Amino acid sequence: MNKIETPVIQREENFWRRLSFKIDIRAYTMVFALIGIWIIFTIFTGGKFLTPRNLSNLSRQMSITAVLAIGMVMVIVATHIDLSVGSVLGLTGGLAAILQVWYRVPTVWAILAALALGTILGIWHGYWVAYHNVPAFIVTLSGLMAYRGMLLGAAKGLTIAPMEPDFKIISSGYLNGIPGIVLTVVVIGAIIIGRFRSRATKIKYGFEVRSFTLELLITLFYCGLIALATYVLYQYEGIPYPVILVLFLTAVFSFITNNTKFGRQVYAMGGNVEAARLSGINVRRRTVMIFLLSGLLASIAGVITTARLNAATITAGQGAELDAVASCVIGGTSLLGGIGSIPGAILGALVMASLDNGMSMMNTEAFWQQIIKGFVLLFAVWVDFKTKKK
Amino acid sequence: MEEFVLEMKDITKDFPGVRALDNVSFKVRPGEIHALCGENGAGKSTLMKILSGVYPVGTYTGEIYINGELQSYNNIRESENAGIAIINQELSVIKQMTIGENIFLGNEPTNLGVVIDWGRLYSETKLWLKEVGLQVSPETKVGKLGVGQQQMIEIAKALSKKAKILILDEPTAALTESEVDTLFSILKNLQANGVTCIYISHKLGEVMEIADTVTILRDGQMITTLPIKETTENQIISMMVGRELSERFPRIEHSFGEVILEVEDYQAFAPENSERPILKNINFNVREGEILGIAGLMGAGRSELVMSIFGGLAGSHSGRIVIDGKPVKINSPEDAIKNGLSLITEDRKRYGLILKHDVKKNLTLANLPNLCNWGCINFNEEVKISQKFVDLLQIKTPTVETKVNNLSGGNQQKVVLGKWLMTKPKVLIMDEPTRGIDVGAKFEIYNIMNKLKQEGVAIIMVSSELPEILGMSDRILVMHNGTINGEFMHDEADQEKIMLAATGGK
Repeated sequence: MNKIETPVIQREENFWRRLSFKIDIRAYTMVFALIGIWIIFTIFTGGKFLTPRNLSNLSRQMSITAVLAIGMVMVIVATHIDLSVGSVLGLTGGLAAILQVWYRVPTVWAILAALALGTILGIWHGYWVAYHNVPAFIVTLSGLMAYRGMLLGAAKGLTIAPMEPDFKIISSGYLNGIPGIVLTVVVIGAIIIGRFRSRATKIKYGFEVRSFTLELLITLFYCGLIALATYVLYQYEGIPYPVILVLFLTAVFSFITNNTKFGRQVYAMGGNVEAARLSGINVRRRTVMIFLLSGLLASIAGVITTARLNAATITAGQGAELDAVASCVIGGTSLLGGIGSIPGAILGALVMASLDNGMSMMNTEAFWQQIIKGFVLLFAVWVDFKTKKK
Repeated sequence: MEEFVLEMKDITKDFPGVRALDNVSFKVRPGEIHALCGENGAGKSTLMKILSGVYPVGTYTGEIYINGELQSYNNIRESENAGIAIINQELSVIKQMTIGENIFLGNEPTNLGVVIDWGRLYSETKLWLKEVGLQVSPETKVGKLGVGQQQMIEIAKALSKKAKILILDEPTAALTESEVDTLFSILKNLQANGVTCIYISHKLGEVMEIADTVTILRDGQMITTLPIKETTENQIISMMVGRELSERFPRIEHSFGEVILEVEDYQAFAPENSERPILKNINFNVREGEILGIAGLMGAGRSELVMSIFGGLAGSHSGRIVIDGKPVKINSPEDAIKNGLSLITEDRKRYGLILKHDVKKNLTLANLPNLCNWGCINFNEEVKISQKFVDLLQIKTPTVETKVNNLSGGNQQKVVLGKWLMTKPKVLIMDEPTRGIDVGAKFEIYNIMNKLKQEGVAIIMVSSELPEILGMSDRILVMHNGTINGEFMHDEADQEKIMLAATGGK
């Protein structure tokens, strides 16, 4: 089968069609929706919504849901669901607090213990789903109930506080001054080098690429956004640590889902598990890995929560699993599996957090907030469905 | 003037960018069995969807007359009321429900308009079952029936709705020979009772046997309507493809190499019951450059055999598998691929493809380890190799980033083929490689098989189509009841010998 001439790839579409082909239209509807929401809140709060201080708060508020959503995307893409993440968050955050407050365990070890527990719980879920074919809904629902109970028991029903300053800083710290600027410059440099190197490789392969000017404009646009975000956050205190963490995790897991064999195989399993299995994919092992990652990410969220509240409470993370699912779905993840992206879910988390934040600023009563969020979810999925059909 | 029960006049239907039907006229006489033939994409399904109201009036141009009356349906229910029923290739029975519930679904006889009258429902069901020659209790769950019987239930359901024109789309795709015979006798029976039947099939042998008239569509145009007596199979094929196919099966003679795969004393047991063997005493081998055909009736264990050897079947198995002179253990598809086996499964949509993913991702799925450095996919290599296979197999797709769902059946099958060729198999197993694809694509797949043969790949081909088995295989195994009940060289085999072995005779 090896005697084939070099393939010729021809695409004769015009500039605009090529451009729109490259742009995921659905992802951009969500971007426009987000901008719309921001404009509305800016108007109704007399501009207070768009102040650096509030945007800084907003970005910190979204971080917990965003971390959970990263794990949830992979689970949902593989046609499963993880309802336990809220309780895993509570239990692991509780463990960290108990170790630190009651047993004086240093921050690093307390955090590692929490992450280890999250990983073990994730493996436990994956084991039941992959090796005993119990539906993930049931396995993780059992986790949702059981871990909350464990937390109640372990914490003896108490709020455990206060944490050490070096623990608290995970949520409340800011990267500012020279280090923050260095980080921004490094990220921008990496983006520029990465994009143009990838373009050069494509040319070497003889593939069609965007024109140099267009590529430059797109790159400058992204870099400009990053610079702008840094600038705005610097107007307040600097870049919040949890935001850096979320962006780091987003980058890492986007890479895992898009660029690795593991990621591709997860999408394949979600698209058609039988075809994936018969293509030589070890479906069981991948399933365990997916739940492991979801558990690990939930424990990271647990640590952030405990740091943020400066305490472990027995209700921490209650209902967080549903916010995470909603973020994924708003961000275009299909509950039927095989489709979804992590940046999309982050965008979804940002939409949810913006709604919470904006309505709180407008002094909307709590019950209205829930009602509105509920209908936004429905509306978002409807819009998604409509645009997909075209 | 001749009388027609159905007349479709000057039907034109456009999809974005494509004219699916171009001024098609289609006339059916009352009480006939009228075959509709054409390659995939010729417009058969579109025409039938217009007739059955799936595409409502206004979305096409042209007129439909039933018994001389102009029809304009807005939905399927209105076409049903006009006496049209369609039975699709993919059956739409609900397996968890009983036969009676299925037949009267949405039409349940009721008391006072609310409470279902179960007595009447089941007694009427009994009558309809008699009509289609089924002797089962109306309270049986449909899931317990075989595919053939499920199809009878659909026919009974259509009849219960007083269907006068019955459309059957590839009705025999999943039926055994005897079930096909039963279906045909029921169709003849219905014909005698005045039911008109439109019969869509790729299997021209069946068309010749059952139909009175045949209409041929090609590229959205009506080519001709002929009485079946005035035509031949080859003539129909050449009108369908618009060219003479000198040979339907382009066999090439080629000398074989070494024995590459040997299966000895192979047994396998049912996944749900480890006592019940589904395969027993299997012994065979295949050589480099040989096409080994496996024939047999539905349920003889052909698919189970190839699936089990490939490690894709749950349940235990025993016996020896030797590849290239070395005994190997295969417990998963992963093992099989590592040992140079590839399996093109029988149902490409269910087992072969990820329909919502693009051509590229489907093509490289089984070969990802070779496209990865440190677990990361080299996207450029991926596009390059995908493009290479698209060109090699002449897969008709706009780009390698097109969703597989948007390709025709033949091209989808080529994507599956490409996926497995990419793993450079020593033994390529093909289960029903040409099911549900049109004549032109079939021919291309045969040519690819020949090319592989010349390159020394061993091919095991499971097929329910005897002409295909006889036309392409170098050697033929016939399975019956979970074991091999006959082996023939291609020049000594004929349909009768194979059928005899397949039905258990010696």
